[in-house]
Amino acid sequence: MRLLPVVEHAVKGRVWDCRMCGQCVLHATGMTCPMTCPKTLRNGPCGGVREDGHCEVKPEMECVWTVAERRSRSAFNPTSWEREFDHLRPPVDNQLRGSASWTNLFTGRDRQTPLGWNGATYAPDIEVESSLGEVDDIDSLDTGFHERNPLP
Amino acid sequence: MSRLSELVDSRERHIVTAEFPSIDGGGLDAVRSKLDPLLPYVDAINATDNPAAHAHASNVSIAIALATLGAEPILQVVCRDRNRIAQQADIIGAALFGVENICALTGDDVTAGDEPEARRVFDLDSPQLIRVASGLAEGRYLSGRPIADPPRLFIGAVENPSAPPFDYRVKRAALKSGEGARFLQLQICYHPDRLESFIHGCVAEGIDVPTALLPTVCLTKSARALTFMHDNVPGIDVPDDLRSRVASAANPAEESYQVTRELAQHALSLRGVAGLHITDFRHDGSLARLVGDLGLRP
Repeated sequence: MRLLPVVEHAVKGRVWDCRMCGQCVLHATGMTCPMTCPKTLRNGPCGGVREDGHCEVKPEMECVWTVAERRSRSAFNPTSWEREFDHLRPPVDNQLRGSASWTNLFTGRDRQTPLGWNGATYAPDIEVESSLGEVDDIDSLDTGFHERNPLP
Repeated sequence: MSRLSELVDSRERHIVTAEFPSIDGGGLDAVRSKLDPLLPYVDAINATDNPAAHAHASNVSIAIALATLGAEPILQVVCRDRNRIAQQADIIGAALFGVENICALTGDDVTAGDEPEARRVFDLDSPQLIRVASGLAEGRYLSGRPIADPPRLFIGAVENPSAPPFDYRVKRAALKSGEGARFLQLQICYHPDRLESFIHGCVAEGIDVPTALLPTVCLTKSARALTFMHDNVPGIDVPDDLRSRVASAANPAEESYQVTRELAQHALSLRGVAGLHITDFRHDGSLARLVGDLGLRP
């Protein structure tokens, strides 16, 4: 499985300048990678697009979203993809960075969002959460704690 | 209920919001001295969030100061400087002090400021931030952790009617409105035709009903100021004829004012416009004059 991200990057990097976010949305963004936007915006252009349609940050580059919007209406684009262009895409899951989006698509991992994104809540473990403040206090840890629990 | 939310709900008259000048020192007295000339003429005031990527007294501190001094703050939250955890903490924290109005925006890039070496964050984008803020008001963090006594929030955002891709700007306004933005402060627009077509698009989509559309006008003093914006602020285009009209006028400061007044009058004449957002670079009483000339009654 370690090989897959390498293969994916070799293919998608060359064609789409893929940044390996691990949750590919190319089909919904006119086959234009939103992670190549200097602000990594997933839901459309910022207000800084120049008169010529170029990027606020890199004036030599056409705005990623100007391109995406044009391509999303391409005759080669399936209608469902065009519709998806207008949907709100969830925040990037930074844990997936560098992993193969092909695997994450297959397993459905790339469609997992934080519970609150879709209006759900979880019942926090009150006992553990309330003790977190104490764990932060270095004096509350017993001698040798850090030796026994080295940082990763 | 914030005063702004009541006005947006009732639409009994045009709404006036304004940008608060940046503060860097001088304690609350400095805030008070900048607030006094504004307070009688506006319904709500933006506590800006490191505008143009320059560090200043924080959005949260200014919003709390404004609330303390009797003004109605709008807490700007940009996506450039803080991740989702810090953004949620700021909104929740400010709400403890009665700050209810939130304005979510992407933010200028770090390269627009005086610290271009800074790391840019953009963990969320503005439409995502609107949904996250709506979640806070409904009683949960993005993680799904419940908030026992959730804050009352009135959420808005910005949109630029004058930047490409033009047609897509209405869709973007619809996306933000659909996620819970109840007002949109529109970027300064020196092309009345572009503003008109954006507003018409929003009216056709029914966006103006749940969401108050507030075009921005900018009070400047000279052709130099207009040229500076044209050259240095991406997303703002000031047409040549407008700049030369001010440059060649006998009294450029007065001509600049008249340009702003005309743009404001045009904006307010459009069906679907709920009021104005005013940015004042003059600080010479022109804001009061403008509000008076337009017959606005905050």
